[in-house]
Amino acid sequence: MTGRAVNNTIQTDDSPDLDWYIDRIVQVLMFIGGISAIVLIIGIFIFVTREGISFIFNDLDFAEFFASPRWRPTSEWRATYGILALIVGTASITGLAMMIAIPFSLGSAIFISEFATGKYKEYLKVLVELLAAIPSVVWGFIGLTIMNPLIIQIFNVPVGLNVLNAGLILGLMAAPIITSIAEDALKAVPDGFREAAEAMGATKWQVIYKVVLPAAKNGLLGAVLLGVGRGFGETMAVLMASGHAINLPENIFDSVRALTATIAAELGETAVGSVHYQSLFTIGIFLFLITFMINLTADLVVRGVKKG
Amino acid sequence: MFQETQQNIKHKKTERLFRILFLMMVLLLITPVLMILGTLIVKGGPAISLEFLFTNPTNGMTEGGLFPALLGTIWLVVVALLASVPLGIAAALYLSEYAPDNWLTRAINLAIVNLAGVPSIVHALFGVGAFVIFFDFGTSILAASLTLAVMTLPVVIVATRESLQAVPQAFREACWNMGATRWQTIRRVVLPNAISGILTGIILEVSRTAGETAPIMFTGAAFYLPFLPESVFDQTMALALHLFVVATQVPNVPPSMPYGVALVLISIVLLFNAMSITFRMYLRGQKKW
Repeated sequence: MTGRAVNNTIQTDDSPDLDWYIDRIVQVLMFIGGISAIVLIIGIFIFVTREGISFIFNDLDFAEFFASPRWRPTSEWRATYGILALIVGTASITGLAMMIAIPFSLGSAIFISEFATGKYKEYLKVLVELLAAIPSVVWGFIGLTIMNPLIIQIFNVPVGLNVLNAGLILGLMAAPIITSIAEDALKAVPDGFREAAEAMGATKWQVIYKVVLPAAKNGLLGAVLLGVGRGFGETMAVLMASGHAINLPENIFDSVRALTATIAAELGETAVGSVHYQSLFTIGIFLFLITFMINLTADLVVRGVKKG
Repeated sequence: MFQETQQNIKHKKTERLFRILFLMMVLLLITPVLMILGTLIVKGGPAISLEFLFTNPTNGMTEGGLFPALLGTIWLVVVALLASVPLGIAAALYLSEYAPDNWLTRAINLAIVNLAGVPSIVHALFGVGAFVIFFDFGTSILAASLTLAVMTLPVVIVATRESLQAVPQAFREACWNMGATRWQTIRRVVLPNAISGILTGIILEVSRTAGETAPIMFTGAAFYLPFLPESVFDQTMALALHLFVVATQVPNVPPSMPYGVALVLISIVLLFNAMSITFRMYLRGQKKW
């Protein structure tokens, strides 16, 4: 266990030498590095809560916060802090994005993992990886300058920065991420499963549909959940493409505002410690808890695969 | 010889149908993005020149270049790497070489997934609460880089852990049998065999760090600064934020300007990403075991 260097002269005492001490010190340093991720995730919760806590205790009216669509933190007559419209905004954009991204990325993952072969497969994987790397501010810029006039022209609507625009952008952003995680899940299905099915005379599609997909079910669900979490927390692209108007949308051509975008747009204009500033941190706590739950669920779902 | 039955023919048809359907999905996913990239190149290309890269913005940011933003991004990335690389490698070494399979290790893994999944704007709030206010670094390169470092830490950890685990267990056992300590084994056997994989992860992190906007908005990046940063306690401009600013906040910007900034940003990000991928493929070909 100590594994210290043994001197090959006659030295039988077990007193620790320098190498033993170095080994111990390094082990402690590595342990500190190892638990840093836990410390940081707790640190994020503590420091965000620390800035928002006094709002929660002093000014927060739970019914208003979650049920009122009126977010008017700067109103001089009576400031109201209702995030319902922001929640609906985030949900509608993420929902539309997932309706686009989920079928396409699962289909792409199946094609890349099961149908594509050789060099062709490698190229597709690299391409998907590069697509996932495009920064969100560039996506936002694309929504603003390319999609906006396109939507106005095609659908003949007055404003092109709306649920449709942000949803499409977010869908295109999330798809490569879901594709590559789903592809990993399909790859994790042992080849023996496929060979056994093929030996029984199953066609390729029967193998995929009856054997591979059921075996990779949990991994695919985990990929979808991580995609939802990513979409939910996306900031810059949604800020630039959604129109950023507080609104309960009636159709996909209405402008909306997202939770994340609200923080990004307003934090710079608030005084440190003001009620408005604290309310933005409270939204941050809410976002943290939701994404934490989504990630936890995804982790539990994927772990189910390994056990079962 | 077997005769194709009706059923065989039907199954083959189904298979071909799905193959085409999924291929269409891949193409529908990739084509719009390639068209968008093409548009960026066509519209942003003419704006790019040596002058654009190496001069300051002038006339209320409607003319001139993006040099301060480019330099600022380099500052932010370098300082972020200095913080996250040693910590990330230590974490990966712990997980791969020391950690027993217990609840703590599972908690660490869960924390890493969560660190990668927390929205970037929440990282920004953390940066403000912790680095700007609590540790009193103010809005500075240091605060912004540390925020970026926390956010991209999972990238280093995951890449490093993967390349450590690719080193065969027999290498370690052979070394232990010679009487080496754990650390001697790691330093002389494990790390030399994994170093190129770790490097791949670091290059990937550069690409990720350079493109982030939200975490630096309130922690150290400024819309416009008339001077260049001289130390980590100064504020700075940054490419990603500069794109946001010229695209949304500044009136009367000629349209080619934001396209040029977007093209420079995406070129840097994709270049580093492609480097990382190429390097990884080359290594896979080199592997001797």
